[in-house]
Amino acid sequence: MSENKQLLTLQVNGEDHEVICDPRMTLVDVLRHELFLTGTHVGCEHGVCGACTVLVDDKPARACLIFAAQAEGRVIRTVESLGTPEELNDLQEEFSRHHGLQCGFCTPGMLMLAEGFLAEEPNPSREQVRECISANLCRCTGYQTIVDAVECTSKRRQSADCSGCSFAAAVPQNKEENQA
Amino acid sequence: MKPNSTKTLVGSSAARREDPRLLSGRGRFVDDMHAPGMLHAVFVRSAHAHARLIGIDSAEAQQMPGVAAVFTAEDLRLGPIVAGLDRPAKEWAETAMPILASGKVRFVGEPIAVVVASDPYAAEDAAEQVDVSYDPLDPVLGDDQALSAGAPVVHEEAPQNTLVDVSLFATEGIDRILDEAHTVVEVDLRTGRQNALPLETRGALAQWDDRSEQMVVHTCTQTPHQVRTVAAESLGLLERQVRIVVPDMGGGFGQKCVVSREEIATAAAALRLRKPVKWIEDRREALTAAFLARQQHYTARAAFSSDGEFLALDVDVICDMGAYSVYPFTAGIEPLMASAEMPGVYRLGAYRVRGRAVTTNKAPTAPYRGVSRPQYVLLLEHIMERAAAELGMTSVDIRRRNLITEFPYKSVNNITYDPGSYLESLELCEKLVQERGWPQMQQKAAEEGRRIGIGYSCFSERTGYGTGAFAQRKMKAVPGFDLAEARMDFTGAVTITSATINHGQSHETTMSQIAADVLGVELSAVRLEQGDTERVPYGWGTFASRSIVVGGSAVRNAASRLKEKMLALGAHLLEAEADQVEMHHGGVRVLGEPERSVSHTEIATVAYLQAQRLPEGMPPGLSESDSFDVFNDGTFSNATHAALVEVHEGTGQPEILSFLCVEDCGVAINPQVVEGQARGGIAQGIAGALFEEIEYDAAGHPLAGSFMDYRTPTAQEIPDIEIHHLETPCLFNETGAKGAGEGGTIGAPAAVVNAINDACRGTGAEFSHVPITSRDIHAALFAATTTSKLQEA
Repeated sequence: MSENKQLLTLQVNGEDHEVICDPRMTLVDVLRHELFLTGTHVGCEHGVCGACTVLVDDKPARACLIFAAQAEGRVIRTVESLGTPEELNDLQEEFSRHHGLQCGFCTPGMLMLAEGFLAEEPNPSREQVRECISANLCRCTGYQTIVDAVECTSKRRQSADCSGCSFAAAVPQNKEENQA
Repeated sequence: MKPNSTKTLVGSSAARREDPRLLSGRGRFVDDMHAPGMLHAVFVRSAHAHARLIGIDSAEAQQMPGVAAVFTAEDLRLGPIVAGLDRPAKEWAETAMPILASGKVRFVGEPIAVVVASDPYAAEDAAEQVDVSYDPLDPVLGDDQALSAGAPVVHEEAPQNTLVDVSLFATEGIDRILDEAHTVVEVDLRTGRQNALPLETRGALAQWDDRSEQMVVHTCTQTPHQVRTVAAESLGLLERQVRIVVPDMGGGFGQKCVVSREEIATAAAALRLRKPVKWIEDRREALTAAFLARQQHYTARAAFSSDGEFLALDVDVICDMGAYSVYPFTAGIEPLMASAEMPGVYRLGAYRVRGRAVTTNKAPTAPYRGVSRPQYVLLLEHIMERAAAELGMTSVDIRRRNLITEFPYKSVNNITYDPGSYLESLELCEKLVQERGWPQMQQKAAEEGRRIGIGYSCFSERTGYGTGAFAQRKMKAVPGFDLAEARMDFTGAVTITSATINHGQSHETTMSQIAADVLGVELSAVRLEQGDTERVPYGWGTFASRSIVVGGSAVRNAASRLKEKMLALGAHLLEAEADQVEMHHGGVRVLGEPERSVSHTEIATVAYLQAQRLPEGMPPGLSESDSFDVFNDGTFSNATHAALVEVHEGTGQPEILSFLCVEDCGVAINPQVVEGQARGGIAQGIAGALFEEIEYDAAGHPLAGSFMDYRTPTAQEIPDIEIHHLETPCLFNETGAKGAGEGGTIGAPAAVVNAINDACRGTGAEFSHVPITSRDIHAALFAATTTSKLQEA
């Protein structure tokens, strides 16, 4: 076994990591079990559910369908590159505000999918958002609040008004309650 | 601090305590955990639906790189999982579920051996090299076959393949009513086998800890204390030698509320090897070998008077429970739920039911969100539509004619229903349907030659089953109560415990809201401790929409006891009488003299660091426990759903254009969370109505091994859902909350099916099964058109 191992250098979240692994090891397994970046989840290992979605060269990709070796020389971003629990980024804030997550298992994949999508399509229609989100599976939310969250993030990033969204009015009050 | 705030956290859509860690990738799920020297388990699973095991040759596998061990049933000698009902032999056949198959396999995917290796890749390679010899037997694959004379026998203890057979509530004179009624509707209805499909598959990490003399198992379960009981029995350990810890969990929906044989086998392997062993189920295993649900067959006759009064219901329900009875609920879970609850929201004169659980060579059945209620509500709502059509009534009028409107209502099934808004929810839903212009859309479509239908569904959902209600099921292990603790540390921060398990339901937020209001602290000051049998007192976990009704009430009771102690100590420090003080935000103060107050932290400091200042006889510390149980018939949440569905004639494709939900779960602790539960539930109901089914070929092989074959809906198939709330509080708990976890799943299938049948009205096509696929619709419409053309010719 050991003679097959290979040394890889992976650039993840702006840092270079050296990894020694079997050639058949998938990117998601290396991220999770070698680099201990466990925010990226595994839902199906056949590229349908999208729980393992990360950004590879800025584009959403299924980390379960890529061998780690294929990711060498590429720029990889995982959920850990977004905001921290103390300081969420705008997309994460909108997910929380709209209750776009329940169990949280699909969430990192949804976030990276949406980050990649919004980078390419900064001002999407609701239908475009819905189409994008349909790339990944969520079993808890019924998707509507995920679509809401992504739509509001795009509006925030365009500095546009998102007062039409259902929970906009509740936000400051909730934040105050939580932080007071 | 908001010292004069009278605003309560209960009732507000407070932001979720869970979100920051889950959104930033800092959640901790079972597979996120690593232990030094950890090994990985992979199961060798049956390739046959029904076969005698002739031999297991693992010699080659044991020699493969990285392999630590291969264990079979003979190696581990574990006690089986046995779930019991206290019912006579004519009603109940007790069978055992071995941890690893022994002697015989009963479904494709049944675990036969466990391979333990240095990494999961090596373990999978070795599992493929374990050579199992079988002597195949004919499989039993459906209820008709299971009950037919000369059918193969799945369990020797049940020669008729029947595990449960109960006949209940035979109202006197029911045959006469059925014979003489103006209108009798006869229905034969089938529902497909489904997978609850949590996105996180099952998994466990087990390790023996010498210091605590404990087998510590981190596992995805909704019922940690029950897993502890079974694990201790099976492994031959004292119960205190098993510690079950539940980390973050990626959904469960019931599939994880029964004990999994794999989690016990993983613990057994870890015990044997004295090394940490992790098992993570892959998606193929999750689809084929995890617990399934929902496959039921109803034959029913329903009698109505000429003016639409629901006079009698006579039902035979057969549930295909698969190969084994599950712990603690047994194979009775579906037939007993259906039989007990069936009349639902309707006043019914006479009721008779026979409920059976048959055993077949398929993966076994666990409770799945709603348990039987999505099925019998589909039956009742189909009956309502058929009767309305025969009597020339509208969908709304026949329901209005029969809904329970006076409470408490003692039903023909001997259950007393607490107050609900059955009629109000229907009438609001109808008003919304009119306001949204659905009838006009239907009319316009008809003029354009398109087919749009409107479907209603009315239902209630019993939540807050306590020991009293579960005892009537006659389970040997009777769920019901919960214990909770509330403690305050000397900084004024609060920890509450609950044996319920949060896996998406937002307990960390909602239960903290309850405690924070009682104790006058900020939401952020409260932390919920769950999912560790060593740190949380005994309880029954999360299922049956019980968490907020029972677990939340136990938390409230414990917090109230803590409050009483703090008031007594506060009064002492303020030199006031105990009945002259009140809790306010941040401390205790004298009634009418708000300037005479003592803060939480001052009280806590005395309780812990200056115990000499405690009043005589008061024990030190600020930690109180209490329990909650329900001895009446529980409380009923209710809702009306309405669906607007277009059926595309050329392809048969059904498209949900709009969906309305008017729900009443009593006091909503957190309205945003309630809406999340309703939306997610409705999405799963739609999935069962139109998309998902676990099918088998003639040899008993499951046909869906991946998400390519098991069609779970995406954001493209689930519409935006409009939700409205009514509030009829629960009368027997302090919060007024009823359960909200399952309702969406219960009502949605019937609304969707009724809308499709409405869209097909006049064609002769009518559906009484789920899922209804586009192929079904296309074939039915084609057949209907062909028939009418032939008749014209």
